Amino acid sequence: MANAIIEFKSVTKQYDNDPPVLDDVSFEIERGKFYTLLGPSGCGKTTILRLIAGFTEASDGEIYFNNKITNHVPANKRQVNTVFQDYALFPHLNVFENVAFGLRIKKMKNAEIEQKVKEALSFVNLEGYENREIREMSGGQRQRVAIARAIVNEPEVILLDEPLSALDLKLRTEMQYELRELQRRLGITFIFVTHDQEEALAMSDEIFVINKGKIQQSGTPTDIYDEPINRFVADFIGESNIVTGKMVQDQLVEMVGKRFECVDGGFQSNEPVEIVIRPEDLEITTVERGKLQVKVDSQLFRGVHYEISSYDQDGNEWLVHSTKKAVVGEEIGLYFDPEAIHVMRFNETEEEFDKRLEAYTDGSGHGK
Amino acid sequence: MENKVTRQLYMVPYVLWIVLFVIAPILLVLYYSFFNIEGQLSLDNYQKFFTPVYLKMTLSSFWYAFLITAITLLVAYPTAYLLTKTKHKHLWLLLIIVPSWINLLLKAYAFLGIFGTFGAANQFLELIGIGTQQILFTDFSFIFVSVYIFIPFMILPIFNSLNQLNPTLLDAANDLGASKWMTFKRVIFPLTIDGVKSGCQVVFIPALSLFMLTRLIAGNRVITLGTAIEQHFLVTQDWGMGSTIAVFLIIFMFLIMFLTGTKKRGV
Repeated sequence: MANAIIEFKSVTKQYDNDPPVLDDVSFEIERGKFYTLLGPSGCGKTTILRLIAGFTEASDGEIYFNNKITNHVPANKRQVNTVFQDYALFPHLNVFENVAFGLRIKKMKNAEIEQKVKEALSFVNLEGYENREIREMSGGQRQRVAIARAIVNEPEVILLDEPLSALDLKLRTEMQYELRELQRRLGITFIFVTHDQEEALAMSDEIFVINKGKIQQSGTPTDIYDEPINRFVADFIGESNIVTGKMVQDQLVEMVGKRFECVDGGFQSNEPVEIVIRPEDLEITTVERGKLQVKVDSQLFRGVHYEISSYDQDGNEWLVHSTKKAVVGEEIGLYFDPEAIHVMRFNETEEEFDKRLEAYTDGSGHGK
Repeated sequence: MENKVTRQLYMVPYVLWIVLFVIAPILLVLYYSFFNIEGQLSLDNYQKFFTPVYLKMTLSSFWYAFLITAITLLVAYPTAYLLTKTKHKHLWLLLIIVPSWINLLLKAYAFLGIFGTFGAANQFLELIGIGTQQILFTDFSFIFVSVYIFIPFMILPIFNSLNQLNPTLLDAANDLGASKWMTFKRVIFPLTIDGVKSGCQVVFIPALSLFMLTRLIAGNRVITLGTAIEQHFLVTQDWGMGSTIAVFLIIFMFLIMFLTGTKKRGV
């Protein structure tokens, strides 16, 4: 791809004889987009970041930056800046000098440094804080200093390593908006690492879902939410009801002993599959009108909606998000559209998955 | 209220110790410093201190203490830095600290053997064809042995401050374009300066008043304030002058403590 700024080709990272942290990972990062590496802790997402930054070297495979192989380029020679999880601000320098650090290394003239630092600080809404010591700044302010310190160098890519995890919920949501907005204004590539799926969905152009050193799925937030490739992705991103079943034929799936119309295709007949239905796609109705009959087990009030846990006669749990209240212990019916059903093949690779999706969709509603 | 009483009770041994063995002797030294050699109350001793003999002695004391501190620092900082990079850093640190538990006198005698005319050092020089040299009773041997003795005291505080350094800060400096040397100059050294300062304090101040080594290793060719005090008390019996020098030494120590005093920085 001509617009790719970073490219990983079969990159593996392994320490001694331990199982690899990253296992044959390939992907491309396009210029000017907001990417999120999402996964549970220890999945290898931070390792990808450290490889891009140059803090560690790949055991195998190539990493390209602007179409040039960059495996052995030292970190201080890369056009990349990082916002660290603990911010890593220099405690012996004040706000101004922290932001100016990279410029002073480049031996820029004082007047120019002053102007650029002021600009960067105003970008993160910290005008007037130049002479503050770092210890006088709050968590959110330190976060902003760290971002200013990165953007002042005008890098081509900014790497953010779980930068919001130390902030409280309200501030975190605020910073999500600000980061997204900042990325749009600057137009540089952001690569954001997080284990928080809501954060990933809210901020990204593209998400890479990573587990056990492999990229499970990549795509836009809606792609990944609506069309998860496997149980891990479906479970990790959002709440989901996952049951096993089989594909009788294309557009017809069997689960819980019944057959349902759906919109998925490209399967062998009677292929065993897993079926995902999101809790918000289930509608509570009368037993007669419901496609599924379940018994309400418990109910939680979540503010925006009720979270209802119910069980069908086979003992599968069905989570329902509904604005309507249900009565615990009562039999209810669940209604859903054919589009709400998402069928997943076992052990399908992302490539096969994308190909299959392309083959049976006409671009309406489904796929990319 | 009983709590307060018991707490004060616990303080008694400490206060007693300080009063009897620190404050009282200092006051006595101060008292003696006002008596000249005939036992008359006067400021003679203080006048005498500002004569060239004593000023030169002071200057040479400072010069040697400075050399010892500087060389110790040059050896100790890289050593401490390497130590923090090793796998079993606390074991290595312990191995370096252990010699400092051995009595100073013993170590001095060991060096007499090593540096002596028929010692290991000269045997080595003979072997490589340089021939036997006078090593003992020179400035070199005095500074060498002093540095050897002080190194653990310098390594310890520097090691501690290096060990507390957040390693992500080094990544951050690297990320912002700093080379290894720049990272050291702008991040590592400024952030460990407190360790360096306390290391310099614990070396420089005792180095000012070294007297045993000056006799054993330097053969009294190096005269420091410490030697002068010892001579006045034990040889010339001029307790007044000895006390006066001691008073100045105390003043210098406080000055140094004050100048290298550390202000705490947070985060």
